[in-house]
Amino acid sequence: MTFRIILLLAISFWLQQKATAEVIEVCPTCPVTTIRQGIELAQTGDEVRVFPGTYREGTILVNKSITLKGIDWPVIDGEDQYEILTILASGVTVEGFKLINAGKSTLRDMSAIRVDHQRHFSICDNIIENAQFGIYLAYGFDGIVENNRLESNAKEEISSGNGVHCWYAKRIFIAHNTIKRHRDGIYLEFTDDSRILDNWSENNLRYGLHFMFSNRDAYSYNTFMNNGAGVAVMFSKGIEMTHNLFEHNWGRSSYALLLKEIYDAKLENNQFLSNTIGILMEGATRIEYQHNLFKSNGWAIQMTGGCIDNHFESNAFISNALDMVVSSNVNNNTFDGNYWSEYTGYDLDRDGYGDVPHRPVKLFSYITSQTPETIVLLRSFFVDLLNFSEKVSPVLTPANVTDQKPLIQMPIL
Amino acid sequence: MKKIFKYTLYDLIRSRWTLFYLGFFLLLTIVLLAFSGDVSKVIISLMNVVLILCPLIATMFGVMYAYNSREFTELLLAQPIPRTSIFWGQYFGLGVSLSLSILIGIGGPFLFYGLFASSEIWNFFILIVIGVLLSLIFSGLAFLIALRNENRIKGFGLAILTWLFFAVIYDGLMLLLMVIFREYPLEPLALSLSLFNPIDLSRILILLKLDISALMGYTGAVFQKFLGTGLGISIALFVLLGWVGLPAFAIRQVAARKDF
Repeated sequence: MTFRIILLLAISFWLQQKATAEVIEVCPTCPVTTIRQGIELAQTGDEVRVFPGTYREGTILVNKSITLKGIDWPVIDGEDQYEILTILASGVTVEGFKLINAGKSTLRDMSAIRVDHQRHFSICDNIIENAQFGIYLAYGFDGIVENNRLESNAKEEISSGNGVHCWYAKRIFIAHNTIKRHRDGIYLEFTDDSRILDNWSENNLRYGLHFMFSNRDAYSYNTFMNNGAGVAVMFSKGIEMTHNLFEHNWGRSSYALLLKEIYDAKLENNQFLSNTIGILMEGATRIEYQHNLFKSNGWAIQMTGGCIDNHFESNAFISNALDMVVSSNVNNNTFDGNYWSEYTGYDLDRDGYGDVPHRPVKLFSYITSQTPETIVLLRSFFVDLLNFSEKVSPVLTPANVTDQKPLIQMPIL
Repeated sequence: MKKIFKYTLYDLIRSRWTLFYLGFFLLLTIVLLAFSGDVSKVIISLMNVVLILCPLIATMFGVMYAYNSREFTELLLAQPIPRTSIFWGQYFGLGVSLSLSILIGIGGPFLFYGLFASSEIWNFFILIVIGVLLSLIFSGLAFLIALRNENRIKGFGLAILTWLFFAVIYDGLMLLLMVIFREYPLEPLALSLSLFNPIDLSRILILLKLDISALMGYTGAVFQKFLGTGLGISIALFVLLGWVGLPAFAIRQVAARKDF
């Protein structure tokens, strides 16, 4: 019993000590004038509070579990040659800084903030400008990246870096960030069980969000606009994509969402507006598409080889130039109860579903999938005639791509 | 030639059919603008109309006018006027009256709608130029056919067939060729084939100017590379002008030798 009391006392004493963690203040006119010095003086659990000013200190190593807190966005300048913050301890918080001009290199990946083999970090409310890689998480686990604003000026893919870059990271929470003009907005490689929520990814050179070999991740409520291409999900399993907005990813080789070699994914309540291609699929297997809206895209969906077991239900396809292009060797994909603005059937029994099945693949889209050059005949009178005659008596378009009960009314999405 | 041109023009402008044509364009453009409100979309909608209807109307009008004005032509031929003046005067009178219908019918509502404030002015300009050129080309072809065929039924048939060939059959043949030779690089073929059909050339010119050109992928890029440059545009316009000049020249040759 006494032992227990002593133990409790010891713990509460220790907790008290933690609670009265010291605050070390850094400012140009304080006793401590550099962040390096501040970190050196700090003990585990302390807070280094940095006041406004411009700090040029090369690479700052954070090797203790401390909180680095900027008041009114003090500027840390990397002078175009240094990586600014390298986090080499677990339980580090970096909050409220403005990091500018991090070094750029073609030999190694330089970033504004790097987390290397650590856990429980939190990177919040920072502004990162003109960095090659913004936030680089190599073997980072259980971390939070929240509310940061990243803007760079990437000009070509080869010399630029990603906004948030995750490499062998696990259980990362990336939320409410704004990422502009990097190579990829957010990049995940070998990164599992992470959540990406409510980010705004705009004007990035390559992709807004990019998955490689990453499993069981989820992204929701994000906006992807005007990127080279919206989102690429490659070689990944169990990705959940819900409530995202893909808008105006427009260009000759652009698309909103690329699904390449992915399995067991879920796509729900996403909006695809004005993209050249809504979803480009290649080897996508066992994927559920529900309640998505495809509006004013060039192609809503392009299914190329090896797409098996894709199920489309209750989606809406409205005013797309071509709703679907399907290469001939795909099978076991189903379409049920979708709304197609091109559907011309009727509903005599008034059950809400059209009585005539709808074939979303037009003859012309079939021909263009076989011979892409024929696209020069787009919008010609002959092609309209061709589509019409095929619609009346289908011969060439794949019979297994049919919506047996197309919706008559547009569903509320 | 000036006088004959003037008389033909006055004659045609007062004709019910020209007014009907003008009214059709006016109504269509006003309705499209009122309902859509998006100038770019209206241009796409009008593109289809201009590409199909302008050649068709010009063809029908051309044949009809050539046959109907035969007595007047014979009267003129009895006067000391060179044949070139008579037929060119009539041909240009016809072409210009059709062009005026397009200019006023499409241009009027657009001007009223505030075209100069929008960024689509160049696309609109191309649409109008193409409408005018297509009218000139197809009325010339029709005039030529009427001149060469005394038999009205045969003339009408041939004229319709000409329109059908350029508007529909040519594209079908092109598609067939491309599907057959799909193992080969097809862009040069597609590019050169479309140069030989004024309707196709016009369609591609308009498509490339519009946002939708991104849909055309690599092939579109090849076309853009050719037609997007100043040189390419001039070649395309030159070819279209050639298409105007060809029937006009042929009309002169045929008229000079024809026995009335």
